[in-house]
Amino acid sequence: MIQKLRQNTITAITLLVVGLLSVAAPTMADSLTPFQGETGTIKVSGGTAHIPVMKEAAKRIMTFNPEIRITIAGGGSGVGIKQVGEGLVDIGNSGRKAKDTEIAKYNLKMCKWAIDGVAVVVNPRNQVTSLTSAQLRDIYSGKVRNWQALGGADKPITVFTRDNSSGTRAVFWKKALAKGDITDRAHFVVSNGAMKAAVSQDPYAIGYVSVGYIDSSVTPMALDGVVPTLDNIKAGHYKIARGLYSNTRGEPSGLAKKLLDYLLSPEGQAIVADKGFIPVQ
Amino acid sequence: MTRARLIERALLLAATVSGLSTVSIFVFMVILGLPILTAGHFSELLTGPWSPDHGVYGIRSMIVGSLTISFLSLLFAFPLSLGTSVLIAVLAPRGVALAMKRLVRFMTAIPTVVYGFVGIFLLVPIIRELFVHGSGMSILTAALLLAILISPTMILIFVDSFERVPRSYLTAVAALGGSRIDKLIHVILPCSWPGIVTGLVLALGRAMGDTMISLMVAGNSVGLPQSILDSSRTLTGHIGLIISADFDSLEFKALFACGLLLYLMTSIMVVIIRSLHFRAGVRGW
Repeated sequence: MIQKLRQNTITAITLLVVGLLSVAAPTMADSLTPFQGETGTIKVSGGTAHIPVMKEAAKRIMTFNPEIRITIAGGGSGVGIKQVGEGLVDIGNSGRKAKDTEIAKYNLKMCKWAIDGVAVVVNPRNQVTSLTSAQLRDIYSGKVRNWQALGGADKPITVFTRDNSSGTRAVFWKKALAKGDITDRAHFVVSNGAMKAAVSQDPYAIGYVSVGYIDSSVTPMALDGVVPTLDNIKAGHYKIARGLYSNTRGEPSGLAKKLLDYLLSPEGQAIVADKGFIPVQ
Repeated sequence: MTRARLIERALLLAATVSGLSTVSIFVFMVILGLPILTAGHFSELLTGPWSPDHGVYGIRSMIVGSLTISFLSLLFAFPLSLGTSVLIAVLAPRGVALAMKRLVRFMTAIPTVVYGFVGIFLLVPIIRELFVHGSGMSILTAALLLAILISPTMILIFVDSFERVPRSYLTAVAALGGSRIDKLIHVILPCSWPGIVTGLVLALGRAMGDTMISLMVAGNSVGLPQSILDSSRTLTGHIGLIISADFDSLEFKALFACGLLLYLMTSIMVVIIRSLHFRAGVRGW
């Protein structure tokens, strides 16, 4: 009796494993088979919001086929567009649409594979968790300089921003600040990661990051009462959102095309969702 | 051709190539910066504020930032380096001196980004809480870290020049009944003056040329700093931040002016200090 039960269990487990494999295999195969037998390198640079997804995709591709090398560098959207245009990399990421002049100059082709929100963030120790657009503009223009005026501690506000080549900055400046002034006292950081580190280190800081970067080390601010959650961005309630693009010079080809196809595949889009962005498919 | 001649030729070639590359970099920057220099905006560029959103591309704040950060770091690092090198070369027992020298040699190999990283997590919060002014990302923070960065270079050069003081001089002081301190003050330091100046020049060049530390811990604000606790941007940090801008933009073109200025500032300082050195050398020996 016991033996039979044991046998049954083994059969059940075997069936389960086979079943799981047969379910998993087609999706794995669907997404990764194009990389079968390929060799070569793909060089990626540019937007820093893209990095978590790009890294995970690269890891899976390189595990599937160790003959492929994928290098991922940051630099910001401006760097991505410039380097792909100059032929220094195969794929240049940007967190904004390439400008018409850039498209014309480099014959760029854009591929949008995720939607991302840009959230205003503060240190978790900050009591202020909600701002109006007008208050945000006053903080960034330097009109409001102390957290006390906003219901916080009597401490000066440290304003953090990004350099002009940042796609995150471009979207934030246009949609959150309505192209308003940014104070010359603002501190500059070079990436989404650096922004998160800076805000999580300074209890009186305010900054903005891609929502994919938000974790417990920073608190996202509700803007005009809307919290920057994925649901709110998807529903269009939270307005400061943008697409994440990968650009190629001319029509994508070879391994670069396969990487972009992978990002748009069910598995790629699952990574997008997993890393805190909104899939496009 | 004899072997000696061959070696001579090879060395001449090496010297010419390195010399020419320095000159050609300068020429390259002048040519690329020429549009901005000749457009009549040069004084505007040097004295104006930086605000690309308003079409103003002045680098005044960055010039001030570079100068204050590098000189302040030299101010911190010089006494530190002089003390350490005196300890290594003159005062410490042989074993301790050797260990310290090894440590200092090792320090020269630490990448600046490591200092920057430590600075963000360690020094920035301390400065912020200690002075209760601003964010802790300031001229002072960058200068303190840069002081650590440039000290090893200075220490090694100082030690080197201390050790090159002729033994006979020191024996003479000992014969006159002088202590080690007497040797230091009356013989070693006066004799090592040229080496000390060389160390200072190299350290200043390193401080002014470093990008990573100020980029990471000085805050990079574009406003004119009012105190050493204010955030500031250096010329090198500025180039690092703007390099990703569009090639054709005025922002990018203004970078060549920054590069040119950095080049000139460093050269002028080297010339000034060298000429002082020369005069002092003549007087001292």
